[in-house]
Amino acid sequence: MSVSIDQIFVSGKRWLLSWLAGTPDWAIQIASSLINIFALLAVFLTLFALMSVLERKILGRIQNRYGPNRVGPFGLLQPVADGIKMLVKEDIVPVRADKIVHFLAPVLIAATAILALGIIPYGRNLTPFTIDGGILFFFAVGSTTELAVFMAGWGSNNKFSMLGAMRAIAQMISYELPLIITVLPVVMIVGSLTPDTIVAAQDGYVFGFVPRWFVFTPWGATAFILFFVSGLVESNRTPFDVPEGESEIVAGHMTEYSGFKYATFFMAEYIGMFAITGLATTLFLGGWHAPVRALEFIPSYVWFFVKLGALLFVYIWLRGTLPRTRVDQIMNFAWKFMLPMAFTCVIAAAVWHYAGRGLRGWLWSLVVIAIAYTALSIVLDTRRKFAPRTYRFAE
Amino acid sequence: MNSAAFIVIGILTLAAALAAATLPKLMHAALSFAVTFLGIAAFFFLLGAEFVGLVQVFVYIGAVAVLIVFTILLTRRDIEKDRGFNWSGVVVAIGVFGGLIWAIFKTQSLSGVAPEMPVLTVKHIGEVLMSGYVWPLLCVGLLLTAALIGALILVMEDREEVKKVK
Repeated sequence: MSVSIDQIFVSGKRWLLSWLAGTPDWAIQIASSLINIFALLAVFLTLFALMSVLERKILGRIQNRYGPNRVGPFGLLQPVADGIKMLVKEDIVPVRADKIVHFLAPVLIAATAILALGIIPYGRNLTPFTIDGGILFFFAVGSTTELAVFMAGWGSNNKFSMLGAMRAIAQMISYELPLIITVLPVVMIVGSLTPDTIVAAQDGYVFGFVPRWFVFTPWGATAFILFFVSGLVESNRTPFDVPEGESEIVAGHMTEYSGFKYATFFMAEYIGMFAITGLATTLFLGGWHAPVRALEFIPSYVWFFVKLGALLFVYIWLRGTLPRTRVDQIMNFAWKFMLPMAFTCVIAAAVWHYAGRGLRGWLWSLVVIAIAYTALSIVLDTRRKFAPRTYRFAE
Repeated sequence: MNSAAFIVIGILTLAAALAAATLPKLMHAALSFAVTFLGIAAFFFLLGAEFVGLVQVFVYIGAVAVLIVFTILLTRRDIEKDRGFNWSGVVVAIGVFGGLIWAIFKTQSLSGVAPEMPVLTVKHIGEVLMSGYVWPLLCVGLLLTAALIGALILVMEDREEVKKVK
């Protein structure tokens, strides 16, 4: 029974494809891909709608107010109202803007965000597209976002847009490095770039009750935190949302966008967030595996979305708690702290592997992480160096 | 199916390359150059070289195209100005094209039927890189590190000079 519920989507797809029996192979292949794409879009656009209203609700709760509660029961139909509002708004294109580039930027940014969703295993046998270098695909697609942001900034022909795009690209490039390097230890330990293999490697329990997730090893925990923070920056979320800092540059690269194009940017940001948290779940939190053996009867995709939801809640929580950081603080943090720590994770993972992947390896890798962390915090300590602030202006 | 895909991708890539060479605005040319990179990546995918294709997207669109675009933005003041037609570029392009065509037709193995290739996984590539080609790999790594340090030294501010400006 539990197996059939677990595989209900797989058998559902098989049933749909059985209607095509007798047609040539390529037709079945195309139909199969289309079903995957349709399912992905349906699930994640619903999740986007749900997330947008839940975020406002939770933020309201954090800031001691109600949040949206007028449209539908508990304000749950708010995204529908928002969507209609965005659709009927006038689409304004600045006269001096580069029409084609201005139009293509939101399209490209949404397309890349959605593409990245394709390689994540959402449950047992529920990977939409299995690619040999799936992790590489994720980052290859993600790196295209920078060009899309640039197109938005340059195409708008507005100095705020351009400044926002520059800030966005600068921080995206800086944090892409720790983001990718924190993935390296997982890839090294598993010996594969395929998400399915990585999830399969996290099956089982140590001592019979601790799940074999990478987040429970010292290097895995460190890499997970670094990955999570880098993911926060990559999706331009508070406290790292300087690219769209309202108080300084209106809305960054989205300044000149209105109506549905703005909604597309908004959607791309959320979908990017789902993708990055989904990858974090896959890499460090055991993917769709249950945390306790007794709970394995619950379908795998439920576990995946529970973990995804928990991470997304932390995103919202941080947004409601932390103020925006300064641009130079973000950059210094990336190059002086995140990057060396990410390299330490790689070394710690190697130590863990060569010390036998057991308790001994656990302790040794903890020692490596602790030494690097202490050394970095001593070197980067600026407590004694505060001097009167000086300003330098462009010559 | 494959030859149809080849033709479609080929036309798109060539069109993007032509656009990159002829579009009046420099920024448009740079962006269509990125499309050309994507077309080449698509060719790699078509040939079953997924890894190379992904690296092509990753490095050329994610890094090189962004670099080109930023270089144009930060160095040129006449982005909006139309550029004239450059005949020397045409001569160089025809020369390179002719040379390549000549070299390709001189290749001996071209006349035979392509041998059946085993599916190449990322793991194979990693193993080969780490065993047979470890010296070239290390040399490239050293070169890139040297380039990185060189770039850092170029942009490093001289402490003394900064103080003088203040």
